[in-house]
Amino acid sequence: MKPSRLAECGNWVLNRFPVTKFWNDHMAQYYAPKNFNIWYFFGSLALLVLVNQILTGILLTMNYKPDAKLAFDSVEYIMRDVPWGWLVRYMHSTGASAFFIVIYLHMFRALLYGSFKHPRELIWIFGMLLFVALMAEAFMGYLLPWGQMSFWGAQVIISLFSAIPVIGDDLSLWIRGDYVIADATLNRFFAFHVIAVPLVLVMLVFMHLVALHEVGSNNPDGIEIKESKDPWGHPVDGIPFHPYYTIKDLVGVGVFLLFFATVIFYMPEMGGYFLEHANFIPADPMKTPEHIAPVWYFTPFYSILRAIPDKFAGVIGMGGSIVVLFLMPWLDRCKVKSIRYRGGIFKKALFLFVISFLALGYLGTQPVTPIATTMARLFTTIYFGFFLLMPIYTRWEKTKPVPRRLTKVKSFEDQLHEIEEQIPAFIEEITEVKPASTEIGHPAFKGAFFNRRPNPKGIAHVLSRVATKLKRSLD
Amino acid sequence: MNNKGVDKSKRQFLTSALTVVGAVGSGYLAVPFLAQMQPSVKAMAAGAPVEVDISKIEDGQLIRVAWRGKPVWVLNRQPEVLATLKTLDSELRDPSSNESIQPPSSKNAVRSQRPEIFVAVGLCTHLGCSPTFRPEIAPVDLGEKWQGGFFCPCHGSWFDLAGRVYRGVPAPTNLEIPPYRYISDTRVIIGESSEEKSA
Repeated sequence: MKPSRLAECGNWVLNRFPVTKFWNDHMAQYYAPKNFNIWYFFGSLALLVLVNQILTGILLTMNYKPDAKLAFDSVEYIMRDVPWGWLVRYMHSTGASAFFIVIYLHMFRALLYGSFKHPRELIWIFGMLLFVALMAEAFMGYLLPWGQMSFWGAQVIISLFSAIPVIGDDLSLWIRGDYVIADATLNRFFAFHVIAVPLVLVMLVFMHLVALHEVGSNNPDGIEIKESKDPWGHPVDGIPFHPYYTIKDLVGVGVFLLFFATVIFYMPEMGGYFLEHANFIPADPMKTPEHIAPVWYFTPFYSILRAIPDKFAGVIGMGGSIVVLFLMPWLDRCKVKSIRYRGGIFKKALFLFVISFLALGYLGTQPVTPIATTMARLFTTIYFGFFLLMPIYTRWEKTKPVPRRLTKVKSFEDQLHEIEEQIPAFIEEITEVKPASTEIGHPAFKGAFFNRRPNPKGIAHVLSRVATKLKRSLD
Repeated sequence: MNNKGVDKSKRQFLTSALTVVGAVGSGYLAVPFLAQMQPSVKAMAAGAPVEVDISKIEDGQLIRVAWRGKPVWVLNRQPEVLATLKTLDSELRDPSSNESIQPPSSKNAVRSQRPEIFVAVGLCTHLGCSPTFRPEIAPVDLGEKWQGGFFCPCHGSWFDLAGRVYRGVPAPTNLEIPPYRYISDTRVIIGESSEEKSA
């Protein structure tokens, strides 16, 4: 049978441009472990947010004016006079915060399951470069509305460079293009934000994915699925990314958009965390706002800067807090990847790290007081302790045996069902039957439920059981 | 065609030579590319001096003027403030301003030409925020030790009313004093040095 005209046309293209091969290599025949859990949504969500930022960003540049005299008003113009301008702007500003939420969770996933370890060191390095580029992108974008926070935030961050010995002052002058933050600074930050850094971001995403698809995805069990293959050479525990994970990720996208839309439509400023109140006042080079804080996603690092009572050391501490993350693949000496089979000491260290990261983030939003400074110093020590002591404590870690194949996890339905079955016994335990003398008059309050009252002994039992369980899960 | 095979050393030489020429060329191109981000001639020319009338500043009052786009403070200090300044030396990092930036005429205990009129660039030497003027003594939020001064809201640096930095805060040096000179009893010009004129 002769091939149809359409098929011939298709072949003509495919002989010159291998779309199908690309699709198969990276989607339809890219085998991903079959046990991805909720933590594995955030990679594809980050891609979604990146697309959102690029699209809304392009639309914003059509009306925004990168000029110190016009910038603030042009943003208000977008908000009030441009049709749907408010939506595009809120999608962009909320998207920035969403980007960091998604990325922080994505990075935490890597810490949980050891996705940064051999053979995925480069994926982690590219990812960290992406994180740094993303911070630069967010920082420069934040200057553009030319509000008070934009101005003074940029003033502080650019002054960080002046702390570098010898070249510092000239370097910060070169970055600003003026002796103070001025029109020249705004204009060049616009150029960086709109074209230079996004190009770097897209390129790094490409490299991150190429490296990932070369070695294959890690998984919650932290074992290499490529080690057991079927007769056709496919990993036994792998499933094609498309359609299995494209469909699964769509569910994640749906849930994400639910939250994203809620913020955009009902709380676009997020109580001053996503869009800070002081940024609704035009930039005033004469007066710093009473309380200045960076946007929430920078506050952990900003806290570290504030905690150190020396200019240069503070800058080194802040930079160091990001540099140590790059070194993760070499700091962690434990061979076991997943937290499921790692020793208690790592679980506890990671737990402390998370607490200190969140605490530093909170402290960074608060004004400086002596108590806050002491707390910030304590948490800074824990933050660095987690990384710098890692080569020591991961060496004598008591790990559990790692399975050869992926393990089965109970499905969500089964877990729900189990919990449902335990409820009557649980209620039985934490309550006791009331003495008969206490009468409730109204008939609506009769029945088995109202004849019982809380039983302190039972509650104590339950609590101690929860505590032992928690302790055991940390061993 | 010869049949001696390929002369690799010539290839190697050409490759190295081309690499060097290319690197030098890129280096030359990098200079204008990087230098065009330096302040423009217009930005450098914008630093004209500013004249300030100090006759209307009340006792203890602080006024702000813009000079080179930076806030410059002019503060009228009362005798009790000047008396307090002398008692603070032990709390300060650089009480005699040896490591700080100021014109020689202001390198003294009160860091000014006339003790009562204090002129300074209102930017913290830490990371460039503009500190807030807090003349009151021992307010609730700053605590018992506060003797009046400038408090940086960004990172909590303390300065006294002569712009001298306290110990144990992030700022490394005292506030910068700009060049200024009196053109009459009541007028100060900021941005022109008093030394140049007298010399």
